[in-house]
Amino acid sequence: MTVLQSSSSTTAKVLGHPLNAWYVAAWDHEVTRKPMARTIADRPLALYRTEDGKAVALADACWHRLAPLSMGKTVGKDGIQCPYHGIVYNSAGRCASMPAQETINPSATVPSFPVVERHRFVWVWLGDPTQADPDLVPDMHQMDSQEWAGDGETIFAPCNYQLVLDNLMDLTHEEFVHASSIGQDELSESDFVVSHDDRTVTVSRWMLNIDAPPFWLKNMRDKFPGFEGKVDRWQIIRFEAPSTIRIDVGVAKAGTGAPDGDRSQGVNGYVMNTISPETAKTCHYFWAFMRNYRLDSQLITTQLRNGVHGVFGEDEAMLKAQQEAIDANPDYEFYNLNIDAGGMWVRRLIERMLQAEGRLAAAL
Amino acid sequence: MAATNNEVWQSATVVAISDVAAGIRRIELEPSAPKHAEPGSHIDLRATIDGGQEKRSYSIVESKDLGKTLVISVFKAPVSRGGSVYMHTLKPGDTLRITQPLQNFPLRVGAERYVLLAGGIGITAIMNMAAVLRNVKADYTLVYAGRTRAAMAYLQDLQEIHGARLQVHVDDEGSSLDVNALVGGIDPGTELYMCGPIRLMDAVRRSWTERELALPDLRYETFGNSGWYDPEEFVVRIPRLGIEAKVGQGRSMLEALEDAGVDMMFDCRKGECGLCEVRILNLDGGAVDHRDVFYSERQQHAAEKMCCCVSRAVSSPRGSRTDANSSATPAVVTIDVS
Repeated sequence: MTVLQSSSSTTAKVLGHPLNAWYVAAWDHEVTRKPMARTIADRPLALYRTEDGKAVALADACWHRLAPLSMGKTVGKDGIQCPYHGIVYNSAGRCASMPAQETINPSATVPSFPVVERHRFVWVWLGDPTQADPDLVPDMHQMDSQEWAGDGETIFAPCNYQLVLDNLMDLTHEEFVHASSIGQDELSESDFVVSHDDRTVTVSRWMLNIDAPPFWLKNMRDKFPGFEGKVDRWQIIRFEAPSTIRIDVGVAKAGTGAPDGDRSQGVNGYVMNTISPETAKTCHYFWAFMRNYRLDSQLITTQLRNGVHGVFGEDEAMLKAQQEAIDANPDYEFYNLNIDAGGMWVRRLIERMLQAEGRLAAAL
Repeated sequence: MAATNNEVWQSATVVAISDVAAGIRRIELEPSAPKHAEPGSHIDLRATIDGGQEKRSYSIVESKDLGKTLVISVFKAPVSRGGSVYMHTLKPGDTLRITQPLQNFPLRVGAERYVLLAGGIGITAIMNMAAVLRNVKADYTLVYAGRTRAAMAYLQDLQEIHGARLQVHVDDEGSSLDVNALVGGIDPGTELYMCGPIRLMDAVRRSWTERELALPDLRYETFGNSGWYDPEEFVVRIPRLGIEAKVGQGRSMLEALEDAGVDMMFDCRKGECGLCEVRILNLDGGAVDHRDVFYSERQQHAAEKMCCCVSRAVSSPRGSRTDANSSATPAVVTIDVS
């Protein structure tokens, strides 16, 4: 592992995004036979499915005059036709038909990007395709496991993706941003433990023998009707490079052994977050809330999704305001607090990815 | 495989030179603004020819350390337009102007199976692809055909790297490539990438079409610099404009017409786009050497039009190489332009 000499880079307000990584381009249900447009990591994409149902990501610009292919239509087994002059490309991005001539210009291609469909998402790899190993798709297995139920949404966040990662890696902000739902004083008072390896960063926080905030009291009562009393609460934040964060969250009846692994007297959720940069100042924030109790209740699925929607709406407002303040104060620096340890390790891992791509200097 | 073709010009220093086959020189360059070269990419550079600067394209054989060193290999053509002669004068320490890598021949990762076909110096466009396919453990065969072993660059290296995946065909050893047998053995789902003389590529395209394999799976790159005949001097006339111009062996018809002051339309200058099309009014006792990939075989046979950026006239109507010699009367082609 390379040691970075520059310490200034770790306090950069925002970072560039690695390209040799899988990013979520869309929820699985969003990609259909009707092409759609989405920009991921500064690359406009046309997304569609072949007749066989395989998801395809092509650059959203026809080779000829750059007309957006996403405005075109799917044709044949796996093709897409430019809406302007009718040039047809196959799912590999190769021209299959040029209406006005008897041959096909051998240069006529549009980039086709590797795609993997996993965990209810369509993931795309925009960097070196020879490194696009499906095993590198971040672990979000709770999304489609029989032991978990839940649903989520997409937030179009008007900020650099790094700001969302910062937000999720330090949950002391809950006390102030989400005071009415999940915030409580103990969040900033309790100790936390940070660890990391080459690809992941983990921040763990336990709050023992506390009152459950409103969101968690409701969840406890869904599983234990009429529940009253103190709880042990946990937040185990796990980042997987470059931009996926799963948060193992829950509460259990105080003193029933949750810190030692017995969560039977509690409720457990996973906040699933994966953030795909769109531009340097915007990102697609895909999230879901999964739970491992009352799996058959669509009511609870909907209530939780709507509840988290409200909570994340508060984050969105803060992130937007923060990006605007960063833009309005270009000569001011970021300073770091002890609570930023998780977020700082995230930055360190992302910087190493950028360095490996030879793009660190360009990103700063 | 993002195909980026913005010409970003920069300087490059020659850092090493070596001969890798008869008449083929390996040139290592250090660009001032390095960018990694994907397989299939090339650079354009400014060659000094007769005191002037002309643009030439060379495939990137190897991209080391994220493009900090780019390797090209240049064949000193017997009938050169001057570019390869200049390239063979370069010495370590020399500098020249080059573009960042350009991509017209992207390799798709993820096909079921690959056949890579290189004819002669065409190996330069194919070598990096073969290296990448080996690294990603793809199912590939590298077919390398040449006239004589001594003129086949990198043969030994390729044998060491690719082992049984390499098939070598050498004309003067009696093991010439049988194109129909090669294409006949290809299954649907296989992608074929080729670079080589136009005779070879035309034969593969014909065989591919006859077998009704998917056209988008046949990938090739052409710089429009080889034909069915050796280039000869010929004469081009445009009666409507009162123009008559000689097209020298080392010039294209497009260049000769531009030199004569004709306002010509063109784009790719390598026989792909069809914009430089001229209408053939008469061809006096010769044949058209179609070197483009724009026209279908039917259109080429009709000989009503030609891509003047690459295609030529030759004096022999049958057009065999032996008939076409310098003592014959030059062919005269009468055309009109747009």
